[in-house]
Amino acid sequence: MITLEGITKVYRAGEVEVPALKGVSLHIPEGEFVAIMGPSGSGKSTLMNVIGCLDQPTEGRYILDGYDVSALTDDQLAWIRNRKIGFVFQSFNLIPRVSAAHNVEMPLIYAGDSVQRRERAMAALESVGLLDRAGHLPNELSGGQQQRVAVARALVTDPAILLADEPTGNLDTESSLEILKLLRDLNQQGRTIVLITHEADIAAFAQRVVRLRDGVIVSDERQALAAELVR
Amino acid sequence: MSIIEGLRLAVNGLLSNRLRSGLTMLGILIGVSAVILLVGVGNGASVAVQQQIQSLGSNLLTVFPSNARGAGGVQQGFGTGSTLTLDDVKAIANRQSSPDVVTAIPSAGGRAQLTFGNQNWNSSLTGTTEDFPSVRNYPLASGQFFTAGDVDASSKVAVIGQTVVTNLFSGEDPIGQVIKINRQSFRVIGVLAQKGSSGGFNNQDDVVVVPITAAWNYLLGGRGRNVQQIYVEATSAEATSAATTEVTQVLLDRHHISDPAQADFQILSQQDVLNSASQTTGVLTLMLGAIAGISLVVGGIGIMNIMLVTVTERTREIGIRKAIGARRRDILMQFLIESMFLAGLGGALGILVGFGLSRILPLAVSSLPTPIISMPSVFMAFGISVGIGLFFGLYPANRAARLRPIEALRYE
Repeated sequence: MITLEGITKVYRAGEVEVPALKGVSLHIPEGEFVAIMGPSGSGKSTLMNVIGCLDQPTEGRYILDGYDVSALTDDQLAWIRNRKIGFVFQSFNLIPRVSAAHNVEMPLIYAGDSVQRRERAMAALESVGLLDRAGHLPNELSGGQQQRVAVARALVTDPAILLADEPTGNLDTESSLEILKLLRDLNQQGRTIVLITHEADIAAFAQRVVRLRDGVIVSDERQALAAELVR
Repeated sequence: MSIIEGLRLAVNGLLSNRLRSGLTMLGILIGVSAVILLVGVGNGASVAVQQQIQSLGSNLLTVFPSNARGAGGVQQGFGTGSTLTLDDVKAIANRQSSPDVVTAIPSAGGRAQLTFGNQNWNSSLTGTTEDFPSVRNYPLASGQFFTAGDVDASSKVAVIGQTVVTNLFSGEDPIGQVIKINRQSFRVIGVLAQKGSSGGFNNQDDVVVVPITAAWNYLLGGRGRNVQQIYVEATSAEATSAATTEVTQVLLDRHHISDPAQADFQILSQQDVLNSASQTTGVLTLMLGAIAGISLVVGGIGIMNIMLVTVTERTREIGIRKAIGARRRDILMQFLIESMFLAGLGGALGILVGFGLSRILPLAVSSLPTPIISMPSVFMAFGISVGIGLFFGLYPANRAARLRPIEALRYE
């Protein structure tokens, strides 16, 4: 599903070159729930940008769902983001002016997909249990509800992977647990999920934890499921 | 992303900041209504001037004698010579030598003191021949015009204009009454229909018309039997230049002048007057339009300003949209449609306001010529306002489209 081969990323700050990733190779098969962990400055945000096709690697190959992403144009990357990746951000990133339903619908608008758009958006909202909030504006919803709307938006195009960047960072414990359970359920339905976090107890929900430090992978291990999640 | 989606987004974006959108639109609204109103005023003035000139007859040529030369070759005033005669008029009217001329009439006159009963009035006297009503485009309101027989017999009959009627007669029928013109008795046989001002200082209704022979014999004593002007009626407005050539040739031959530069007469056509007048009013319209156009450009800059603010404000939104799959084109379209919609709506409202003002303003300012709004100028104004939205929206929209998603997402 995801194959990274020798990915490096070098940022340029004036004269100084700052290497953020120093040769990362990683394979994530379909249906896996992977947590990428690391302290700030470890390069995990950069890795998330590369995996999310928001940024191009300086060197290396990245193959996502059969597409070699390293050599695509801006518009092609936009297409990949639209069809293959569902984003869940720490700060929800919903558009405040439009309703929850319209927010969920938005990726379909850019996909040029007009067939049953509203119905599909409603189905996605239903799958996160927010059908009754479809007409509300984001600021009329709680943090947990907003993040569930964001998950619905990420799911609506039926993407290859769900990329969650600190999805619980702005939420209280209860809402965090709600979101993590939602991600787990989605994974059990066969969805590939990449979770980026710096908290070990969040990473504990994943089947596999990849630890990053100073731009390189320092550990990659499978783990038993967190006990409290096994129903 | 479809156009309808784009429009929905644009309306949504504009409604989220009603006051700002409204004020920005006002800039375009004022510009467009100013263009429509001022161009309308210019057109109105142009049409009014043309109508006044055409009321004299657009197929009319006027032949003046050249300036007389006094002792030592001193040039006298325009048309002061006395080189034209009644025979010249007959020669010009001959269709053999001048096929593009319908007929020609002489004119000689001056100021005349009129009295009737205890009323008196000073008016403009014209001595002419029987074709005066058709050549000078003066229909009769009542009675009749004098005939060729009256001209031959130098009958003391007169036809008077409406201003003379109101000043000399208090409600009586002037037909058949005998008035005194410079103390000579003339019988009124006809009244000319109302004609209105010619646009100059002379009132075309303040006239008294008599046979030219009677004018020579009884009224213009001492000045001889000279013709001050010849009015020539060409077959059509288009034929005036051909008629001018023919009349010139006839008169050169008759006056035994071989070099046209030495001609002892001048010909002025209404077409010439009309053309120069249209040119003047055309420049006027253009100037008014240009001044109004400046306000339209200022309105456009207002749109650009606001769109730049909007793009900055929505940087994060642009990042989100790009992250979930919006292409450059989608973002470009979103902001372009927004600015074009803003300008287009302002333009449409401006057209309505322009229409309204062009109705209301002449009621308030009576000296203003009635504005004439031409449909092309309305469509042009609307097109230009949408074009302004496009032009001034392009830079902000492009700036939005080029934002890099990770930076836009990080923007606070």
